[in-house]
Amino acid sequence: MERVILHSDLNNFYASVECLYHPSLRGKPVAVSGDPELRHGIVLAKNDAAKACGVATGAPLWLARQKCPDIVFVQPHYDLYLQYSQIARKIYSEYTDQVEPFGLDECWLDVTGSTHLFGSGKTIADQLRERMKAELGVTASVGVSYNKIFAKLGSDMKKPDATTIIPSDRFREVVWPLPVSDLLYVGRATHNKLRRCGVRTIGNLAQTDQGFLQNLLGQNGAMLWLFANGLDTSPVSNIGAKSLIKSVGNSTTAPRDLVTDEEIRITLRVLCESVSARMRTYGFVCNTVQIGVRDNELRSYERQGKLCYPNRTAKALLEKAFELYKRSHISGKPVRSLSVRACDLLLYENEQLSLLPEIAAIQKRETLEGVVDDIRSRFGHFSIQSGLQLSDRQLSALHPRDDHLTYSESFAKGKI
Amino acid sequence: MARKVFVEVTARFDTEGNVTPISLLWEDGTVYEIDRVLDVRRAASLKAGGMGFRYTVRINGRQSYLFYEAPKWFVEAKA
Repeated sequence: MERVILHSDLNNFYASVECLYHPSLRGKPVAVSGDPELRHGIVLAKNDAAKACGVATGAPLWLARQKCPDIVFVQPHYDLYLQYSQIARKIYSEYTDQVEPFGLDECWLDVTGSTHLFGSGKTIADQLRERMKAELGVTASVGVSYNKIFAKLGSDMKKPDATTIIPSDRFREVVWPLPVSDLLYVGRATHNKLRRCGVRTIGNLAQTDQGFLQNLLGQNGAMLWLFANGLDTSPVSNIGAKSLIKSVGNSTTAPRDLVTDEEIRITLRVLCESVSARMRTYGFVCNTVQIGVRDNELRSYERQGKLCYPNRTAKALLEKAFELYKRSHISGKPVRSLSVRACDLLLYENEQLSLLPEIAAIQKRETLEGVVDDIRSRFGHFSIQSGLQLSDRQLSALHPRDDHLTYSESFAKGKI
Repeated sequence: MARKVFVEVTARFDTEGNVTPISLLWEDGTVYEIDRVLDVRRAASLKAGGMGFRYTVRINGRQSYLFYEAPKWFVEAKA
């Protein structure tokens, strides 16, 4: 039996929510933006009016204003977006238990088993759109097809507030003329490679030899060929399926370029504390620490190193992260962004008391940091800080755990 | 466009967890009794800008919307 897959995309999600809550903004070009004072001044999302002026997501605010002098910038409200996203998923789950989120604003639904209850894929898609409008006050575009890739493609084809159907017997007419960059997982680099080989449309891609694509793009090439030929069979995961956590990381763009070791240490410390606290919440310890550095010329690199003993104390993470930084940042250029990631995770289970002094020290530190977590959860994050952090309040004013948690779920789970 | 006016509401919480608003205190100090709740559903208020549970209520024979946008209540008032 052919599957019925829906992909629902809430249009201009952040901007739509802001416009709903600020009726005076409706009809005006609006962009949700980061705080330029903290050098997070880029466009995070925009509405259709801003899009029409050529404002692009990720553009710096000065460029957005140049393109659209009347543009209104609003600050993001992530808690509200998260609440919206959860309600939207709740609505989807009334139709099927196979609901797979793709970021905050997009979801796949496999409604194959519920068409006899609610009607065809199109009927369900139209109903979803009506409900999003009435219950959440935002519009959605829904793609209906027999696999996830074409459903996603469909939801991108007509916006806002539209249902697009890509049937299996007519997908060649609908999908093949589209530019290859419309296909999921064809990013800039892949697009450039394909263009050099004369592959411009999805149809071109489908008719290219699969082996050739594999040589050109590796495993991804073979996967894209299957996608273009409508042979994607990846399932829509169940709503209860939690994505497996493979690493825990935080990053930040500092309010000013970091030059001295002290400044780097303060920022790394904030990030390490957050990563460490999150590992305690999830019940992990890590073996490997990875740092990411981006300098003021926007050149970036990542380095990783192993810890002597698996643990999760902020102290150990910081020591390793700083060591990696000192070893790899040879250029000495001022640093714009930093990230810290704990990988190679293990579950923290009944740990044995140890006579080894190193492990005993880690356990002591673990208790101490657990107490700090506890104090912070009772009296607020900034109620207790290290002396180092007090030496530069501008840099340590960051609270990555609340300010910079982003939510996205991986799509390719190594199934092809 | 309407004004979003937050109001004080007296409500009954029954043992099933249903919440029924009984009266509301308008910004000029008048207390309006709610005769009946005609409908409850999740809805967005495009006029005033908000989203929550929308109670369609009858007050003095006239129908009106009362929104519960946790943890506050609001109504859409004329601008």
